[in-house]
Amino acid sequence: MGAQSAISLRGVVKRFGPITAVNGLDLDVPEGTCVGLLGPNGAGKSTTMKLLTAQAIADEGTIDVLGYDLPRDSKVARAEMGVVPQLDNLDTTLTVEQNLRVFTYLYRVPRAQRREAIERALAMANLPDRRDTRVDKLSGGMRRRLLIARALVHQPRLVLLDEPTVGLDPQVRQELWALIDQLRNEGTSILMSTHYIEEAERLADTVTIMSHGEAVATGRPSQLIEQHAGREAVEVYGPPAKLREVEAAARAGGMSTRRTGTSIAVLRLEEATNGGPPDGERRPANLEDVFVLLTGEEIS
Amino acid sequence: MAAATQQLRTTTRRRLGRLERPALAGVLVREIINYSSYWRSVTFSSTVEPTIYLLAFGFGFGSIVSRVAGYDYVEFVGTGTVATAVLFASVFAAMFGTFVKREFQRTYDAILAAPVDTEELVTAEALWIAIRASVYGCAPLLVAMVFGLDPAWGMLLVPPINFITGFGWASAGALISALMKSIDNFSYVTSTLITPMFLVAGTFFPISGLPEWAQVAAWFNPLYHCVELVRHASFGFEGWVDVAHLAILVGFGLAMWRLAIWATARRLVD
Repeated sequence: MGAQSAISLRGVVKRFGPITAVNGLDLDVPEGTCVGLLGPNGAGKSTTMKLLTAQAIADEGTIDVLGYDLPRDSKVARAEMGVVPQLDNLDTTLTVEQNLRVFTYLYRVPRAQRREAIERALAMANLPDRRDTRVDKLSGGMRRRLLIARALVHQPRLVLLDEPTVGLDPQVRQELWALIDQLRNEGTSILMSTHYIEEAERLADTVTIMSHGEAVATGRPSQLIEQHAGREAVEVYGPPAKLREVEAAARAGGMSTRRTGTSIAVLRLEEATNGGPPDGERRPANLEDVFVLLTGEEIS
Repeated sequence: MAAATQQLRTTTRRRLGRLERPALAGVLVREIINYSSYWRSVTFSSTVEPTIYLLAFGFGFGSIVSRVAGYDYVEFVGTGTVATAVLFASVFAAMFGTFVKREFQRTYDAILAAPVDTEELVTAEALWIAIRASVYGCAPLLVAMVFGLDPAWGMLLVPPINFITGFGWASAGALISALMKSIDNFSYVTSTLITPMFLVAGTFFPISGLPEWAQVAAWFNPLYHCVELVRHASFGFEGWVDVAHLAILVGFGLAMWRLAIWATARRLVD
């Protein structure tokens, strides 16, 4: 391996009683890159995140974070990384600045640099005017920005983002993407779990798709699309009987298909053999096609 | 990258130890800053409640009995309710506080994602509650002084006695919180464990008047030892028996502390 890894997991297994949440996972986050961990609910993304802070202990396999062996040296690793949780756990009766101050202590920012660290985090979250506002008076977007800034007070080398934009409206989501992109441009290594495909497509250098606790595909988004969904797709709408016909014909003609809920997407048009592709709305293949192909159409 | 991070990296290249001061300080600072937003209500309930007990029993019983176990009743109950104040300020704060921070606010998830271990988290929380309880526990003494309790030099030892007792009860509260699935279940513990202990501790009436089995049982009640120590600090120590009281309080604190760490880790780390 050329570049050093900020995170490296090998054969990691985590069981909860009879359930195997993570099942032999291999995962790499090369230093200075953003890796998107994509997967449906229950694929094991959140458990993977917890393993990286030793809030869950693996049953098998090895976990290396920033060169430290986990769980043995987890505390040193945690001192050098920032974690943005999925659930907002800010202290809501404290002000924006007080929340940041608490974390300068928890992350051991030296006394002389605390003020500077707080100012930097305020600027990053674009909240300098709100420093004295209580958190329960902030909008949802501001709270999320603060939650991210809170994880950055000690300028970590690695940031874990667990579903950073879940449940937010498009404007707020764009704001956060800009913030995460800025972080990536500064050279911070990022592991981001998400089930929003657009988010992974926009921010991640490489994507790992998880299903049933395993990594089922890893690569650059464009690579994965090319490899698993081909180049071009067509969406065919109609009554269920017609859709079943289209499905069967496409498969017979060397193409693959997936259901979208309202239509059938016929993929790999470029590989069509007999009769050519069906009529419908043409579009380039996308990461969502890959996601559904690899993680299954049914919700388990 | 900033010099701060570089410096941190070189100093932490080794594996970090247990019960580190910066980790304890981080958790304590969080509590202190939060305290600035709710100190009025906590101070009110932690001091007014035992004062009401003191006044109710003082005036109620005080009108029937003037002397109990060789003390004026106001002296007896004024020193006794110190333990009540410590108990209320520690065990309930720990039970409800840790449950809310663990299950509802998810504060502990955020803290454990920082370089803080469960052992440090539980220890710092217990220390903070013990400090608060040691101060609040002095309120009944001050109120009793208004009603005729004479100040004594030995009373300066009351805050440290309160601290040791408060640390034990705070740890016990954290243990109870970690063992309970739901906050509603706290009422079982309160009714079966805490209320009897609070009543049969020699606070309002001397345990020497109780049947022998109850007197033996009182020795297993940590609150009883706190009551005795506070009374003896105020009116004169009684030698080895007080060493035994202190040893039992310290033992209770240590045992509850380790158990609270064990139970909390089981809850927070999968």
